[in-house]
Amino acid sequence: MSTTEVNKIEELANKEYKYGFVTEIETDSLPKGLNEDIIRQLSSKKNEPEWMTDWRLKAYRHWLTMKEPHWPNVTYPPVDYQDISYYSAPKKKAKYNSLDEVDSELLETYKKLGISLEEQKLLAGVAVDAVFDSVSVATTFKDKLKELGIIFCSFSEAIQEHPELVKKYLGSVVPYTDNYFAALNSAVFSDGSFAYIPKGVRSPMELSTYFRINAANTGQFERTLIVADEGAFVSYLEGCTAPIRDENQLHAAVVELVALDNAQIKYSTVQNWYPGDKDGKGGIYNFVTKRGACRGVNSKISWTQVETGSAITWKYPSCILQGDNSVGEFYSVAVTNNMQQADTGTKMIHIGKNTKSTIVSKGISAGKSNNSYRGLVRIGKKAENARNFSQCDSLLLGDKCGAHTFPYLEINNPTAQVEHEATTSKIGEDQIFYLNQRGISTEDAVSLIVNGYCKEVLAELPMEFAVEAQKLLSISLEGSVG
Amino acid sequence: MENKTDLKQFFINQFDEFEKSLNGEKSSHFHHLRKSAFEEFRKLPLPTQKDEEWKYTNISPLLDYNFSRSAKKTDVSPDAVSKFLFDKMEHSLIVFINGRFSSELSKLTDIPKGVVIGSINEAIKENNPIVMKHLAQYAGFKNNIFTALSTAYTIDGAFIYVPDGINVADPVHIIFLTRAGNEKIITQPRNLFIAGKNSRISIIEHYVSDEASVYFTNAVTEIVAGENGIVDHIKLQEESINSFHISRMEVDQERNSNFSSHLISYGAEISRNDFNTRFNDQGGECMLNGLFLINGEQLFDAHTMIDHAKPHCKSHEHYKGILQDKSKGVFNGKVMVRQDAQKTNAFQQNNTILLSDNAVMNSKPQLEIFADDVKCSHGATIGKLDENSMFYLKSRGIGDEAATAMLIHAFASDVITSIKIEALRDYIEEIITKRFNQ
Repeated sequence: MSTTEVNKIEELANKEYKYGFVTEIETDSLPKGLNEDIIRQLSSKKNEPEWMTDWRLKAYRHWLTMKEPHWPNVTYPPVDYQDISYYSAPKKKAKYNSLDEVDSELLETYKKLGISLEEQKLLAGVAVDAVFDSVSVATTFKDKLKELGIIFCSFSEAIQEHPELVKKYLGSVVPYTDNYFAALNSAVFSDGSFAYIPKGVRSPMELSTYFRINAANTGQFERTLIVADEGAFVSYLEGCTAPIRDENQLHAAVVELVALDNAQIKYSTVQNWYPGDKDGKGGIYNFVTKRGACRGVNSKISWTQVETGSAITWKYPSCILQGDNSVGEFYSVAVTNNMQQADTGTKMIHIGKNTKSTIVSKGISAGKSNNSYRGLVRIGKKAENARNFSQCDSLLLGDKCGAHTFPYLEINNPTAQVEHEATTSKIGEDQIFYLNQRGISTEDAVSLIVNGYCKEVLAELPMEFAVEAQKLLSISLEGSVG
Repeated sequence: MENKTDLKQFFINQFDEFEKSLNGEKSSHFHHLRKSAFEEFRKLPLPTQKDEEWKYTNISPLLDYNFSRSAKKTDVSPDAVSKFLFDKMEHSLIVFINGRFSSELSKLTDIPKGVVIGSINEAIKENNPIVMKHLAQYAGFKNNIFTALSTAYTIDGAFIYVPDGINVADPVHIIFLTRAGNEKIITQPRNLFIAGKNSRISIIEHYVSDEASVYFTNAVTEIVAGENGIVDHIKLQEESINSFHISRMEVDQERNSNFSSHLISYGAEISRNDFNTRFNDQGGECMLNGLFLINGEQLFDAHTMIDHAKPHCKSHEHYKGILQDKSKGVFNGKVMVRQDAQKTNAFQQNNTILLSDNAVMNSKPQLEIFADDVKCSHGATIGKLDENSMFYLKSRGIGDEAATAMLIHAFASDVITSIKIEALRDYIEEIITKRFNQ
């Protein structure tokens, strides 16, 4: 490679995280630390009913009995759970009817992120439930959804207004006893999104939230619950960016999906939180529990994720295929660069008859990063004619990074057909040469090849996201060619 | 169970007595290793299903017994051994009865000068420099309780040494025959095979029993394939259906060496095999193939690890299983490509056929890759016999059982055909025929 190219690449590699900034808004935070009082305060600040407070406390007491797990293929300094403030909300907490009433500084933040609400409103395709730190500040298109009977609101609002639904489904997919971080989340979750699609309704637009971690030392504990009643369909988008911060920030979210008979949920994520600088300083710890239950017959849950950010990503969006003929899908692109670590994958638990699952995972490692795929396919004893296809490919850019695959296949029924395949390779010099020869720079060539490599997954993303995801891939890999 | 003590405590208590029985051998160089392995054994806990490496294998049935070293000498007629021989094959034969070398039953063909084929027990006593240099150097006993147990109680096993530049034409057939009767015995064969530069040898490790007795085999095999050396290793496990078989193989491959391993397993109530190879220099090639046929309530577990520590090496791994009744299979294959191991080419595959509703297979093909210029792939399939193929055969008037047998022969064929010794291929085909063509 020529010197100019090398220089250019270095320059690109040294680019600062371009979404890093802190918005100065007065916040109303709870003191640092975690105990039953804090949880009671948090609950009362949010004006929650007693059953909710009790549930939180039960989760907290269970959390105390658990140990932090250390089995994934990642390393990080221990997290001090007492050094985190578990609640932070923008002070002005009025409910807005139009954008004009929203704090202008907030709007500015979104503008910088390139998702100005005005613009989104104009495009009229997406209803955005923007979560700024922990409290929802703006919700659009609610009226339109209301007409169809679709409930799409912040979690706190759902607790107030639809307690029967929340009570019925909260913790039914991810119980608070599930794992260490799910228990922590259940105890201290601040807010999140709630969506309920009634029987036979097809959501006319993609529902979307934009999470953002702001205010120093505030771990975000989001809770998302989506219920698709019989015959309903919904496509949900989740996307994130976060400002530069030197201390590691913990993010332990829980996402629960419930699909009843013939219902279908499509959940797409683009995750681009601050990954830390190139020496691995700072960055977000992303420890998330995401799980969907295909409760009804012919139901379908599909996860699509593009993971480019976070210092550590540790998550396994899973499907419990309980209903007969239900379908689970997992499409993932995970990119790690510099010192990033990712241990991600999925679990497909086949319980019902004729259940099907597809796993397509594309890992890309660059710099000194480590990227692991860890997945489980379990075919239960009663899951007649279950079918699974898994493919996990890894692409290595550079000789200091690692790519790992840990697939677990547990088959208890002979009628199952399970296939797993994985490959690891690098971008061929001949491929680069071919493109160079046609006047395409090395940087662009890599971006082109990587996008082609991820095409199978990107094609699953809704339009709005696919464009953003492609850009993200290029940005994440800037400077990794060598 | 009368007077049952915890298996671990039992072996701890026995060590003093064992040391006494060694007599003069206590002064041998190797005895220091025995002692430190014993200390390690004392420290380590027995594995439970909470350990990732033992997640699917429950060894508790093994803990139901107090296994002790065989006290009396068992006489076995040559006829009892001859039924385990392969037809039409010139070979050197060494026989171990209940873990002890039997010179009467062993028979060496014309082996080239300098080649050593025999019992390791003698070599340890004599402080043989080759044994001193290699024994217990590859199969580390740290953090492995069964290897620690084997090292602490090392008494006998096969020892083969091929000097530089020598081609041993006839395969070496090693038979480990266990006749436990009502005695609950443990045998711990400790094998060491060293092939020098430019040498060549084929070795068959054959574990057999002609009874249905309860016993415990804890075998450790260490192999060194020297520069440009070719070592073909075949392990046939036909232990008693009520026995426990735990084995470990560690292979060290030098520059441009070629190693192949075939594990054919269908005996034992519980069998666990840790087969690991390591490329110690560039240009090596290795093949790890396996075929397991299990039925009843058998459990088969294979854990393999191919360590690409050096660049320009090639590995090929293919494990196939056929599961009947309530049997349980476990495959955990790991390919590790270290940071500087560029131009590695690694292929790994695991295919399993489940012939019954109650059979369970757990497969975990793993890749850990730290180098970028590599070609690595793995695949796994689990399912029943292909319905279309069955239909095709049946529509041509072939009965259910015959069609199943035919498809199973076909399924197993690619592992079997990669064995270089014809007589052995026939022997294995025979085993499959016996099980499926009734």
